[in-house]
Amino acid sequence: MKLRANLVIGGVLFALAIFVGLLAPWLAHTDPVMDANLMNAEEPPSWTWWFGTDDQGRDIYSRVVYGARVSLTVGIISQLINSVIGVALGLSAGYFGGWWDDVVNALTNVMLAIPSLIFALAIMAVLGPGLTSLLIALGLTNWSFTCRIARASALSLRSQGYVQAATVLGYGDLRIMITQLLPNMLGPIVVIGTLGMGSAVLSEAALSFLGLGVRPPFPSWGSMLSEAREQITTAPWLSIFPGLAIFLTVLGLNLLGDGLRDILDPQSRSRRT
Amino acid sequence: MTGTPLLEVEDLRIDLDDGSRRVAAAEGISFRIDRGETFGLVGESGCGKSITALALIGLLRPPLSIGGGVIRFEGKEIQHLSAAKQRDLRGNRIAMIFQEPMTALNPVSPVGRQIAEMFVLHKGKSWREANQLAVEALASVRVSAPERRVKDYPHQLSGGMRQRVMIAIALACDPELLIADEPTTALDVTVQAEIIELMRNLCAERGTAILMISHDLGLVANVCRRVAVMYAGRIVEERGSADIFRAPSHPYTQGLVDSLPRLGSRAALGRSRLKEIAGVVPAITNFPNGCRFNPRCAQATDICRTSAPETDVLEAGGLVRCHHHA
Repeated sequence: MKLRANLVIGGVLFALAIFVGLLAPWLAHTDPVMDANLMNAEEPPSWTWWFGTDDQGRDIYSRVVYGARVSLTVGIISQLINSVIGVALGLSAGYFGGWWDDVVNALTNVMLAIPSLIFALAIMAVLGPGLTSLLIALGLTNWSFTCRIARASALSLRSQGYVQAATVLGYGDLRIMITQLLPNMLGPIVVIGTLGMGSAVLSEAALSFLGLGVRPPFPSWGSMLSEAREQITTAPWLSIFPGLAIFLTVLGLNLLGDGLRDILDPQSRSRRT
Repeated sequence: MTGTPLLEVEDLRIDLDDGSRRVAAAEGISFRIDRGETFGLVGESGCGKSITALALIGLLRPPLSIGGGVIRFEGKEIQHLSAAKQRDLRGNRIAMIFQEPMTALNPVSPVGRQIAEMFVLHKGKSWREANQLAVEALASVRVSAPERRVKDYPHQLSGGMRQRVMIAIALACDPELLIADEPTTALDVTVQAEIIELMRNLCAERGTAILMISHDLGLVANVCRRVAVMYAGRIVEERGSADIFRAPSHPYTQGLVDSLPRLGSRAALGRSRLKEIAGVVPAITNFPNGCRFNPRCAQATDICRTSAPETDVLEAGGLVRCHHHA
């Protein structure tokens, strides 16, 4: 199999982000919250302060490194929640059809009609800021695309010979959905999931930027951008590095999603072997 | 249990609901299959043979439904069983193999796992035992190196090999009845013969009855002891398979037999055209009055156009549904 550039670059970027997040305590130079020292306030990037320091003298490099934890946790977990909800609803709707399909379709249309960020904002307003509410808010608002894809796949797979054969062989509905339908629709679901992770990272940044994400002083890329806003002309590095981190992570996830789609696409599947 | 037949179908009617009205896609279907017996159902596309099979295993889906009649399996009525009880029956006591071995296997699951799943599902085995049994099952359908083959995915196997796997899955739980719906239509003629032979031998060894469904009268007569011919939703003739070739009774069966090419017939009879049955099968929604074969039948008279013939018992054994049967 020929290695595709988007898959490799995307995979490397994403792996790098995960690596940084996991090893943050070892990679960071200082504690991201406690090591404030006004003597070092607003230092530009240098060999000592790789990404510079903020107005309280905290090391931006260390804060970006720790910020990866928040962004990736939110990105991965909220997208997992979305995928589980989307697959459960879409798969069952496509498989059973009938009134359940109508209900799920209506629900999906409603979700598609409401901008997911606004909806997440509303949920956050009720739950209050914090990591858990972030996960819930983003996990409940972005499943409609996964649901659509799962439903469409289930509809087309339902008429496949092996699904009918499974019925004839006495498989129950749940067993058919899990052993026959789910593995066969996993390709597009994984692709949508990867791309969704990228948009969840962006949504987290947006919500944190608006002050609804992780509470300061704990760093997240979005809240760092928000804090850096006022000093964007005097200390641009405060915005540049967290912004770059978001950019590279989302770029990596999107490239990875595209690359996975290239391999998992049924049309190219036959060419793979 | 010699008295009760394995499967008994009485006056089965299958309705097609096209939104505004209900029409009978098949009606008056009656036959019985004894334990270990081989029974064939022959007819052209759309005559109702496949939906009859689906009705037997409780898998008719809207717009089709059972409109009347009785299906008894081992003496017990099964047409009104709960979904869960019917599911216990399917795959376990009544198994089925399909026309398309290419699509009847899950492409993302190794074949061994697909066989093993039957033992887990119906026999309550652990996956460990089930995997072991799957190797044996694969060996029993004469697949070489079954230990290695169980790990293969369907796309790595040839059509004949896949149909063997299907047979292994179908026979995994030692069912009493195997329904084979056009089991070899998609295969080469040489592979076809092997698969039929394998299916027949395995079923004979285990005492599994076969209900074979096909449009190929020659094939069915070769495998089955008794054959029923269906036309437009009705069984028109049911005979021993030797008799049906020697002395077909119903004009439609005669037409079918005459339309088969015979080896050496040109030498014996000189250059001659194969006979065909004029006309086409009527649509389900538009069956003719009286005998449904009357518009295509050379022997049709007035009575054929007005009243549907009842089933008559032939002196030589067998049943026929014709006013003018030979």
